[in-house]
Amino acid sequence: MNAANYLYVSALLFTIGAIGVVVRRNAIVAFMCVELMLNAANLAFVTFARINGNLDGQVIAFFTMVVAACEVVVGLAIIVTIYRSRRSASVDDASLLKR
Amino acid sequence: MTSTAVVYTSNSLVYLIALPLFGAAVLLLAGRRSDRWGHLLATALSAGSFGIGLYQLSQMLGHSNDQRVVTQKLFSWISVGTFNVDAGLTLDQLSICFVLLITGVGTLIHIYSIAYMSHDLDRRRFFAYLNFFIAAMLLLVLGDSYLNLYVGWEGVGLASYLLIGFWNQKPTYATAAKKAFVANRVGDLGLSLAIMITFATMGTVSFAGVQEHVGQASTGALTAIGIMLLIAATGKSAQFPLQAWLGDAMAGPTPVSALIHAATMVTAGVYLIVRSNFIFNAAPAAQLAVAIIGAITLLFGAIIGMAKDDIKKALAASTMSQIGYMVLGAGLGPAGYAFAIMHLLTHGFFKAGMFLGAGSVMHGMDDEVNMRRYGGLRKFMPITFATFGLGYLAIIGVPPFAGFYSKDKIIEIAFNSGGTKGWILGTAALLGAGITAFYMTRVVILTFAGNKRWDEKAHPHESPFLMWAPMVLLAIGSVASGFLFTHGNSLRNWLAPVVEPQLVHQSELLSPAVVSILALLLVLVGVGIAVVKYLRREVPEVAPENVSVFTKIARRDLLQDDFNEAVFMRPGQALTRALVTADNAVVDGAVRGVGRLTVGTGNALRETQTGFVRSYALWILIGAVGLIAAIWVVAQ
Repeated sequence: MNAANYLYVSALLFTIGAIGVVVRRNAIVAFMCVELMLNAANLAFVTFARINGNLDGQVIAFFTMVVAACEVVVGLAIIVTIYRSRRSASVDDASLLKR
Repeated sequence: MTSTAVVYTSNSLVYLIALPLFGAAVLLLAGRRSDRWGHLLATALSAGSFGIGLYQLSQMLGHSNDQRVVTQKLFSWISVGTFNVDAGLTLDQLSICFVLLITGVGTLIHIYSIAYMSHDLDRRRFFAYLNFFIAAMLLLVLGDSYLNLYVGWEGVGLASYLLIGFWNQKPTYATAAKKAFVANRVGDLGLSLAIMITFATMGTVSFAGVQEHVGQASTGALTAIGIMLLIAATGKSAQFPLQAWLGDAMAGPTPVSALIHAATMVTAGVYLIVRSNFIFNAAPAAQLAVAIIGAITLLFGAIIGMAKDDIKKALAASTMSQIGYMVLGAGLGPAGYAFAIMHLLTHGFFKAGMFLGAGSVMHGMDDEVNMRRYGGLRKFMPITFATFGLGYLAIIGVPPFAGFYSKDKIIEIAFNSGGTKGWILGTAALLGAGITAFYMTRVVILTFAGNKRWDEKAHPHESPFLMWAPMVLLAIGSVASGFLFTHGNSLRNWLAPVVEPQLVHQSELLSPAVVSILALLLVLVGVGIAVVKYLRREVPEVAPENVSVFTKIARRDLLQDDFNEAVFMRPGQALTRALVTADNAVVDGAVRGVGRLTVGTGNALRETQTGFVRSYALWILIGAVGLIAAIWVVAQ
């Protein structure tokens, strides 16, 4: 099977994720979209590793997973804290850091 | 110094300076705690310094004339590359004259001030400044290089400023102090430039070094150094064209006028010129300039002196004129140096004595200074009259008083300096002697003779012992010093190793006897006119207004202040205003412009900060896509 197809899937997933982050207001959903983008990148890495016949991309994919796991922990903690104090999980409501 | 000269070193020179400096420090640091004994300490330390001076003199007298130089190296002061200056002191035949004059007259004036300032709440501070002045002046005459001299030079300037403005609760007095300071700064600039040129051309600033290398420098450089030194001297010694500050300096307490503005500090310029004799001898143009400045000033001061009604200002004008004689003498080369110094020393006696006499008169007359409000004080202040009278006879040059010997010598040398120059300088000096006789007679008549013109409220009385004792001692000096200095050419031989008079026999245009007779005739004319004008006629209590335009100009100090204001002050102020405007528009404009640009840019960019996470995410996305697109385009 042509390895390029995996890259197309990866690009599609990344685009869906990016659009989700920009479009959706719910913080949880936006967060999941970020995860989608990370996994799209992982897929691309693994595919390139396969194409080039070495393990570099695979290693990077593991790194990405670890970083993503940490990011989930911190991000979810922030979202939960914001929800507790503001009773809202909308990212548009948390817009105090402006001029 | 000749090559065979033996130079002794001594460890006691520094104490000459250290004693009064210590006194100043104690009195200033101890503050009010030393109010009760501060003046006694200051006087004792000044006297101690005089004692060391006498000891040094006795040591010097024990050696032959070319082995009398004593040096002391204190510490290595500046050492940069080839530039090495040691803080060192040198006591030679010239310095010792000054050391004894400064500490001797200084101690007498300390004693006088104990009584004169006894009612002043700040007497301790006054004595602290006096001691500081003595220390700075001693450093000036003992320093072994131009740079060390410069430190003392600035020190006496500071002391002069502090003491002129001693009663600075009066704004005019504070202004007088500032005026003196500013005029002195102009001169100081000359001195610093002279030091720089000296270093640039000869690579050294010590007196011995400069004397050694003077042959290597070009005449142009030496003339430049000489002119700069002359400017320095005109500032400190109140010579034309920087003379305007001396009259106002009389704002200071009278002992200050006697010590600083008559006997010692204002003669520092003469010291500088005589000390730099090797430079002036090698730069005839600069030497001629010195003589011309001296001749101008001696007439300038004498003319102002004729018109002043304020006793202190009349004496100040006379000081200016007498220092003019000294500068003239110093400008006449090796023949004149010794007599410039002789006139300086005799003048130190009789002028200090007369200033103290003026202080004594003011003391008895409730600080009245207007001579038109005096009159007939002879009966009330016999001692003051006698001492002032002896000083008067000395200054107008009646034999055998001091001024006769020193002033007539300068007149004689001026005539004999040769050619048209000799005639002009000699005539000016001779004329000055006549005018001096006129205005000094006027001062004496207005103050001590005639009928009394003071209020019934004034109770003129003789001053206390502490005040008249120094006056008596100074009067003895003004009687005897001239004879002692000329007896067997003593002072001239004494100074010979320093100023090297090549004892050339000058073409004698006029013999000493002729000069003396001419001078005495002019003095008689001057005295006669003054007697007719002020003793035979009633003296009005208010200065008459219907006087000639010349008198009016002389009363305005020959327009010296008007000139300075028109030529320097107003254009200076205009320049300052223009510079302030330019500074506001250009420099501040540029700085503020940069600030405004930054703030404006920031304000514009601030609009993009919405606080919405999604908009930031969109910007990141656009940026990433743009970056990849750019890489893609480049990679193609």
